[in-house]
Amino acid sequence: MQLYLPIAEVSVNAFLILGLGGIVGFLSGMFGVGGGFLITPLLFFIGVPPAVAVATGANQVVASSVSGVLAQLRRKGVDFQMGTVLLFAGIAGSAIGVWVFSIMTRLGQVDLFVQLSYVIFLGLIGAMMLQESLRSLMRSRKPGGAPIRRAHVHSWVHGLPFKMKFRASGLYISVIPPALIGAAVGFLAAIMGVGGGFILVPAMIYLLGMPTKVVIGTSLFQIIFVSAFTTIMHAVTSQTVDMMLALLLILGGVIGAQIGTRVGVRLKAEQLRILLSLLVLTVSLRIAADLLVTPDELYSVAPGVLP
Amino acid sequence: MIRALALVVALALPAAANEVIVSGMSQNRVSITADFDGSEILIYGAVKREAPPPDGGPLEVIVTVEGPSTPVAVRRKDRVAGIWVNNASVHVDSAPSFYAVATTGPLNHILSDIDNLRYGITIERVIRAIGIAAEADKAGEFVLALLRVRTNEGRYRILEGKVELTEDTLFRTDVVLPSNLTEGEYKVRLFLLRDKRVVASQERVIGVRKEGLERFIFNLAQQQPLIYGLVSLVLAAVAGWGASAAFRLIRT
Repeated sequence: MQLYLPIAEVSVNAFLILGLGGIVGFLSGMFGVGGGFLITPLLFFIGVPPAVAVATGANQVVASSVSGVLAQLRRKGVDFQMGTVLLFAGIAGSAIGVWVFSIMTRLGQVDLFVQLSYVIFLGLIGAMMLQESLRSLMRSRKPGGAPIRRAHVHSWVHGLPFKMKFRASGLYISVIPPALIGAAVGFLAAIMGVGGGFILVPAMIYLLGMPTKVVIGTSLFQIIFVSAFTTIMHAVTSQTVDMMLALLLILGGVIGAQIGTRVGVRLKAEQLRILLSLLVLTVSLRIAADLLVTPDELYSVAPGVLP
Repeated sequence: MIRALALVVALALPAAANEVIVSGMSQNRVSITADFDGSEILIYGAVKREAPPPDGGPLEVIVTVEGPSTPVAVRRKDRVAGIWVNNASVHVDSAPSFYAVATTGPLNHILSDIDNLRYGITIERVIRAIGIAAEADKAGEFVLALLRVRTNEGRYRILEGKVELTEDTLFRTDVVLPSNLTEGEYKVRLFLLRDKRVVASQERVIGVRKEGLERFIFNLAQQQPLIYGLVSLVLAAVAGWGASAAFRLIRT
């Protein structure tokens, strides 16, 4: 069934979009990532103009995150205190990101900037996660069992001031590390047009030492608000949010997210991390290939106003 | 008085003005609705003559359809430090979003360069790219690239031999408008040619407009962007919550 999108001004197959939304929703529910880093490149691929893809992707992320967070909420998987700290820092970081983004746009290199951020951050985080989770998988398979994991590993992080109790996470740490992480994620989210879950999830696990149980719900909580902020910004500044496209993606996405959340609960944390890291690495390599392989058509045409 | 009128008519019309186009189109407006998937327009017509056909070469017909024009930026990728990045760019003043030329025969056989320049018939003559030479080396290649990219996208089409001409009088052609149409006025021009010269021409317009839901969404996004953004968010949140609730119902 072909459907004409009013803002993107292209005709697309409605079932294709529903399917895309479903797959991305499934992954987002399973891993607790918003799915923006998948949906945006996929939309480029089916011919949606990049500006519309980025803005509409943000809108879709809101829906799949709301759906995911509700499922997590019933499992008591959301640390609201931590979420709020991350959120406020995230919006501050996002504002800085929007500012940097506008500078890059003026320099005419925004495409390259976005592509390079994707390659570098997705590549780094994917590789780190893969290495870490493979190592812990090996350890658990070794005869004699896994080494005893201590609940609290004390490091320099615990010496910082402004300590705060995060009850749901069982942590008593300074607010400075979560605030810095939130700001960094908000900054990257604004630049890359994504929610930032793929950075937030590993950061919470490895840097803050939060229990895996609350990581997914808390990151979804933060992503809802950061991507809502992004959607409004795009709608107001460039009118590039396509409601029709978003609704189709959401319809597929919310169903996928529900299934994904249930599958994610059944999988072991290590398996989940390996899968997510492989997914992140694949996207990173795909974008890197675009930068390295000689393109078929060296020229590109963009409608626009004269400078 | 009559003589004066005849003089005005003789001056206003191209040389050998005893042939006049009478034309029609299968539709003069295209509505873009939610299920829009391209549209085919039949353009037909006849040659009206007060006198027998003049001597000279055979009659030829050219039909052009031109979508709204916008300025465009054409960028070229170059390899910088091992990666492909947009390096040089050229700004073209005006290029149509859609352009189709349908003819009765090969363009270089039926149309002279002078008349092509004068009437702006082929796509190269429609694109306005003044002063691009100063913007980059080999600026001409950017214009060629623009033609190539848009031809590959199906936006620019040359349909040589696709106009059927019967008995030097009746002609018809079908022009397919793609599904990625832009809104606006589409200019249809019809030319009669003899000996590579234009002997008569006519201009008509097809209005392409979004209708219904498409219109409503587009207008809201343009006129009330903040409300539009908030509505999008509310829809997203409701859909997210709805699916969650529905799934719980199914499970219990």
